[in-house]
Amino acid sequence: MPLLEIKNLHARIDDREILKGIDLVVNPGEVHAIMGPNGSGKSTLASVLAGREDYEVTDGSISFDGKDLLEMEADERAREGLFLAFQYPVELPGVSMPTFLRQSLNAVRAHRGQPELTAAEFLRTMREKAALVELKDDLARRSVNEGFSGGEKKRNEIFQMALLEPKLGVLDETDSGLDIDALRIVSEGVNKLRSPERGFVVITHYQRLLDYIVPDVVHVLVDGRIVKTGGRELALELEDKGYDWIGDPAEASAA
Amino acid sequence: MSTAETEYLSDIADQEYAYGFVTDIDAETLPPGLSEDTVRFISAKKNEPEWLLEWRLAAFRHFMKLLEAGSEAYPQWAHLRYAMPNFQDISYYSAPKQKAQYESLDEVDPKLLETFERLGIPLAEQKRLAGVAFDVVMDSVSVATTFKEELSKVGVVFCSFGEAVQEHPELVRKYLGSVIPHTDNFYAALNSAVFSDGSFVYIPAGVRCPMELSTYFRINERGTGQFERTLIIAEKGAYVSYMEGCTAPQRDENQLHAACVEIYAHEDSEVKYATVQNWYPGDENGVGGVYNFVTKRALAAGDRAKVSWTQLETGSAITWKYPSVILKGDDTVGEFYSVAFTKGKQQADTGTKMIHLGRRSSSTIISKGISGGESQNAYRGLVRIGPRAEGARNFSQCDSLLLTDRCGAHTFPYIEIQNPSGQVEHEATTSKIGEDQMFYCAQRGIPEGEAVKLIVNGFAKEVMAKLPMEFAVEAQKLLAIELEGSVG
Ligand SMILES: Nc1ncnc2c1ncn2[C@@H]1O[C@H](COP(=O)(O)OP(=O)(O)OP(=O)(O)O)[C@@H](O)[C@H]1O
Ligand SMILES: [Mg+2]
Repeated sequence: MPLLEIKNLHARIDDREILKGIDLVVNPGEVHAIMGPNGSGKSTLASVLAGREDYEVTDGSISFDGKDLLEMEADERAREGLFLAFQYPVELPGVSMPTFLRQSLNAVRAHRGQPELTAAEFLRTMREKAALVELKDDLARRSVNEGFSGGEKKRNEIFQMALLEPKLGVLDETDSGLDIDALRIVSEGVNKLRSPERGFVVITHYQRLLDYIVPDVVHVLVDGRIVKTGGRELALELEDKGYDWIGDPAEASAA
Repeated sequence: MSTAETEYLSDIADQEYAYGFVTDIDAETLPPGLSEDTVRFISAKKNEPEWLLEWRLAAFRHFMKLLEAGSEAYPQWAHLRYAMPNFQDISYYSAPKQKAQYESLDEVDPKLLETFERLGIPLAEQKRLAGVAFDVVMDSVSVATTFKEELSKVGVVFCSFGEAVQEHPELVRKYLGSVIPHTDNFYAALNSAVFSDGSFVYIPAGVRCPMELSTYFRINERGTGQFERTLIIAEKGAYVSYMEGCTAPQRDENQLHAACVEIYAHEDSEVKYATVQNWYPGDENGVGGVYNFVTKRALAAGDRAKVSWTQLETGSAITWKYPSVILKGDDTVGEFYSVAFTKGKQQADTGTKMIHLGRRSSSTIISKGISGGESQNAYRGLVRIGPRAEGARNFSQCDSLLLTDRCGAHTFPYIEIQNPSGQVEHEATTSKIGEDQMFYCAQRGIPEGEAVKLIVNGFAKEVMAKLPMEFAVEAQKLLAIELEGSVG
């Protein structure tokens, strides 16, 4: 059974259609990369998967681990094991990281029928996962994302993913804003989370990330449609030639 | 048995003795109406000295003048909507209720009990608050006794206002009205004429009060009534931290509450005053809630005196309250930290006044307003730098968080600078609880209600952290409970 199966997905915001018929299948253990020009709808796809209410799904279906994803509220999807690492993580002033993470982790654990962690167990787990992405100790004590640098926010997202151990991780431009060392560290963190059961959708503009997180499949999203799908060499080709050579998306889908 | 314990137990015995005269006491509840006789009656009931009666009468005459002036003299500037109370419809004296309303907790509204439960309020305390008959538990006897003993060892006086009038009349006479004269405002005049009871605190020179003083532990607590009067005096170099109120929901048939709190801080003293206010806000239409019109003021009289007000306001249908500090001495410090949460049809107009008179006096104002439902929540604050206040400084930060589209948040800062060297900094923000923030929490598996609590607690944290430890945990729980159903 596929982990994620998107069929003919159409979504709009206000009166503007942004996703215009997306088909995508991610099997357990696979890493799919999605590339595409600015404004093509990559973050929109991620938001629709995560259940953001601003977007209206007008057609199509999404099944996640055999369940109808569109039937679930955003928080339910998260507890079911869908994790989105945000392109722009928001700040929660005054909400301490441990408070937030403990609530989050316990919500997810309760859903899986696991007992709540004691304070000591939680702190141990937190320390362990923070080490995975070399998150600085003091960040884990501050308010969620407040005053974090761009790179620290991204690192924090992957740290949270490690903590919540989702079935599917959707990474929206996690590489942007990371310096070279951080990119390596964060990628290694993601690689450690790869497993035969877990899938990833990695949204990126740069081939470099895919040197570290080697994808099984690469998709090109242009103007709300997947216009090309290939192996990891497709990413190299895009890096070389840009998106223009793929041609007009309407033509491509007509072809 | 120690003498203090003996004393305490005989106190209890006295109360039981008084209980025997139930009919008499009941008969002494005054019918509604306000006249000079009312004031004389109250003063006589309390066995007050002549000077105090005169003091009350002066206030009474002033109040009647204001009342005759009609709506012109009535405070109307606040951002509040309600009908002016009819002061002849109120009963100004009723003997302390000795008789329990209920025989057991089973008779009490289960919803109220559930709230107590969630706040973690001990059983005996639950009974007291709900008005259930209960035996004096040995536990609380010893707590109260140890408490009194320890305080008297260092010369701290902590008792009811009525007791202080009897036992320390010279102190009461010297300080009563020295910070809030009866002419101060409409409700201060009323309170001065008819005040019921309240607390009295005296910290001698150089003494650091060995524990947090809380109304919660005051032995003679019997429901302080609707016109509470509190007086706190810190002598030179003294320190005290005082906590008023409790997180448990407090019901009261009296709609009008007009309290006065005066703090007199001498040279090098420090007074911290914390309040949790959770009076009945009325039903979903705002009917029956308490009108809470409070005058709270501190005089930082001596050099380097320091006073801070910290408050969590969640209750009452209408709140009108501006805990203030007059920074008279040089290098004095005034602080105001406030969280005001309104929901349903509640209205709050609260803030502070920092009056800088002394050189290099400094003040900090941090106000966090949270509005839910259809409530109206206003911050009103005055910072005045007097002509002599060379080098005075103020920092004000007023943040408002809106939980719905139907509520209102308002900020009215008044700044008067009469000395060019004064520095005043004012920051204000208003934000709607962020959809982005809510979505972020949801994406981490946190349900909506929990997410609101997290975000609001985060918003209020800076102020909540200023509450004494004993209060902070309860206060946070209270805020969480109040938040339920306030969004949407
Ligand atoms: N809330 C919104 N309101 C209006 N338009 C929106 C909204 N969100 C997205 N859009 C529009 O939808 C289109 C797709 O945006 P999206 O963020 O999905 O692009 P993207 O592929 O992630 O781009 P980038 O590579 O720059 O991150 C853009 O034209 C954007 O302006
Ligand atoms: Mg994007």
